Amino acid sequence: MATLEIRDLHVTVEADNTTKEILKGVDLTVKQGETHAIMGPNGSGKSTLAYALAGHPKYTVSSGTVTLDGENVLEMSVDERARAGLFLAMQYPVEVPGVSVSNFLRTSATAIRGEAPKLRHWVKEVKEAMERLHMDPSFAERNVNEGFSGGEKKRHEILQLELLKPKIAILDETDSGLDVDALRVVSEGVNRVRESGNVGTLLITHYTRILRYIKPDHVHVFADGRIVESGGAELADKLENEGYEAYVKGGASA
Amino acid sequence: MGSATTGAIAVAAESTVATRMSAPPSFDVADFPVPHGREEEWRFTPLERLRGLHDGTAVATGEGVKVDIQAPEGVTVETVGRDDPRVGRAGTPVDRVAAQAYSSFEKASVVTVPKETVLTEPIRIAVHGQGGVAYGHQVVELGAFAEAVVVIDHTGDAVLAANVDYILGDGAKLTVVSVQDWEGKAVHAGQHNALIGRDATFKSFLVTFGGDLVRLHPRVTYAGTGGEAELYGLYFTDAGQHQEHRLFVDHNTPHCKSNVLYKGALQGEDAHAVWIGDVLIEAAAEGTDTYEMNRNLVLTDGARVDSVPNLEIETGEIVGAGHASATGRFDDEQLFYLMARGIPEKEARRLVVRGFFAELVQQIGVADLEERLIARIDEELEAAVA
Repeated sequence: MATLEIRDLHVTVEADNTTKEILKGVDLTVKQGETHAIMGPNGSGKSTLAYALAGHPKYTVSSGTVTLDGENVLEMSVDERARAGLFLAMQYPVEVPGVSVSNFLRTSATAIRGEAPKLRHWVKEVKEAMERLHMDPSFAERNVNEGFSGGEKKRHEILQLELLKPKIAILDETDSGLDVDALRVVSEGVNRVRESGNVGTLLITHYTRILRYIKPDHVHVFADGRIVESGGAELADKLENEGYEAYVKGGASA
Repeated sequence: MGSATTGAIAVAAESTVATRMSAPPSFDVADFPVPHGREEEWRFTPLERLRGLHDGTAVATGEGVKVDIQAPEGVTVETVGRDDPRVGRAGTPVDRVAAQAYSSFEKASVVTVPKETVLTEPIRIAVHGQGGVAYGHQVVELGAFAEAVVVIDHTGDAVLAANVDYILGDGAKLTVVSVQDWEGKAVHAGQHNALIGRDATFKSFLVTFGGDLVRLHPRVTYAGTGGEAELYGLYFTDAGQHQEHRLFVDHNTPHCKSNVLYKGALQGEDAHAVWIGDVLIEAAAEGTDTYEMNRNLVLTDGARVDSVPNLEIETGEIVGAGHASATGRFDDEQLFYLMARGIPEKEARRLVVRGFFAELVQQIGVADLEERLIARIDEELEAAVA
């Protein structure tokens, strides 16, 4: 069973010629089949955790370890992490001009699976996955994220999640900027992947709204660069009622 | 705006076609003063790297270029002097280097496709640089309703100023692919004139990879109504290279069309691409339909693009007229996104650049050439990564 283990993770960024510590000792274990929600106020470092795990060059790991099934993730390049089974659904997916969605998906699936998917099967697989996410077939011919609405970008991220079948999926504020209908469609997609039992999900969110559609096994409150409280789904209800105030006083800054 | 610095993208404006040229067109080099670099038509060009083509000091060496023309049956290939009426018929030199080429070439070659002859194989003109200085002139003439594809392939090393005339008879269809696949030190300048007959179709691809400096000036005029010009270009500008494509479409005749699409990728320190797209719709040219577009993909820091679309309209009675210029960067965030989906860095770059150029390459219609161009694009990328 795949396990992502994060131990005492410290992460810094360079800004204005100074080094700023954003993550200040994160400990978390995510196992295949589990869903963990990480909730926290703006600026608490939630997204930094997501990008640091994926290997974004902007973030420097100053200490701590991250392993996936015992393998040192921090020594891997960004593409190696993805091929090892880590997936990051991004909050702000970038436009890639000149590359069609269909070409992108196939290139990615080829890299992740280690061989090019058989064309006939692949076309069917993509078509069905797109139908489930209520995506028009013409979507495949558009350039990656170019001119996509907020909802289209998130659907496209979840489409990749469904096709790439990672061991660990990190969803960075996938719910932000979605109306209720789009949120439902996207959540259904995440749930389909979760129901396979093969993915460990790290759901990063500012709002409790998405947790009505995606039920977490564990909820962690993130503040000032670390997890400050962990519990079951009931912790989300508490946050829904009380907000983050109890965690930020005199604590996290922007 | 042309003063932008490293990595910058300048889109200049406010200069008109009529005011661009510092001297009227002429076949005589003496009619053009030696440029000093501040003239509108020379302001982007590093004159010192023209190796004397612009000031008369570049003297033909006799071992400049070797030209080999392979033509299918039915095509005539002649070698003529400058007094041949076909030489220069499609257009007059508009700058000093083009006039220098016209004044200095020894013999011109004229390739003729007789009327109503439809070729199934391309005419291939190989221009191979031998390391010296050369001046040249080529004419390709298609009779009425003739159809042909011409591939002009520039390789090797040379300092070359050469003009090309394309003369299309009524209803003729000509596709031209000029590939600038020079070695690193080569210098190549020239004017390509197309004179498009009534209801004729001219399709041109300029593909520039190599050379230290390449400066080409494709020009189109129409000899009758119903003419169509599709002008496509593809360039891959590497560190230190200067690649300049200056287009001029003169809509002087009613009911003609032009469509321009040039795409360039740039990478490396001091890679410099210049694209000038001048379109003039004269008062007489009612019913004109024209669109021009330049797109650039900047792959690394340190490269520079000057993209200057310019449309001048003297009549309102037209079907359509538009232009656009867009320059984007392939940046670290795009790379991160693709790599985060398991795609290795090299392949991510290849994916983006191939995708960018695909729509142009696929239109060439000469299979072996398309394959070679895609392979060259991949090579350019390999070189950059290495």
